[in-house]
Amino acid sequence: MTRLASLTRRSALAAIAAAIAARNAGATPDETRAWLAAQAKGTPREGRVTLKAPEIAENGNAVPVTVSVESEMSETSYVKALYVAADGNPNPGVITYEFTPLAGKAEVQFRTRLAQTQKLIAVAQMNDGSLWMASREIKVTIGGCGG
Amino acid sequence: MSDDIKPRLRVPATATKGEVVEVKTLVTHPMENGLRKDADGKVVPRLIVNALKVAYNDKPVLDVKLEPAIAANPFLSFFVRVEESGTLRLTWTDDRSQSWTAESRIEVS
Repeated sequence: MTRLASLTRRSALAAIAAAIAARNAGATPDETRAWLAAQAKGTPREGRVTLKAPEIAENGNAVPVTVSVESEMSETSYVKALYVAADGNPNPGVITYEFTPLAGKAEVQFRTRLAQTQKLIAVAQMNDGSLWMASREIKVTIGGCGG
Repeated sequence: MSDDIKPRLRVPATATKGEVVEVKTLVTHPMENGLRKDADGKVVPRLIVNALKVAYNDKPVLDVKLEPAIAANPFLSFFVRVEESGTLRLTWTDDRSQSWTAESRIEVS
């Protein structure tokens, strides 16, 4: 009887462990890097990109984020694209922007869903092909993936 | 369900030549991320607004690709430089290829 009880407890513990693992199954930092690399070839350098977001997001369902890129927006020099990824969501991609010089200013705002505490990464691609990036860790109290 | 989807757009009605104006837009859409389960434990299929195209006087300004990581009722803001009076047109498209358009006129003085 005791043995049976302990077995049950063990399997119950295993089930809980599996549930926790499944819950945390998200994109890994490696997958996120791979996603970003698939969008923009090359190695981004730190700088020129500013990523603004709350340090602690109480509700992961809608986290306001502002990304701006320091650059002029003229025919000869402009921000071509902006990629945002998250490294702890089920899928790494968050949003992609493709600008033309008509945008006047590469500054965007959106609201994202974050499943757990994780890092947001923004990579900007200039028209000359150079890449710039910024990242920021956001602590999430309640995840927003509807599990 | 798709009947109550309505794009909203807010831009200044007037601007000076060359001014960079802020555009704010929101579309009421559930943005089902394809991971959520309903009461019966069945996965709710993915249905999100996946693209927004912005044009001013039919000239492209911005193309946005949205992923399931964007919150329900997506709100976006961005900028556009206006050199002459014209119409700003936003077109949203979702996974079922339905699309919604919002337009706003900007007078340049």
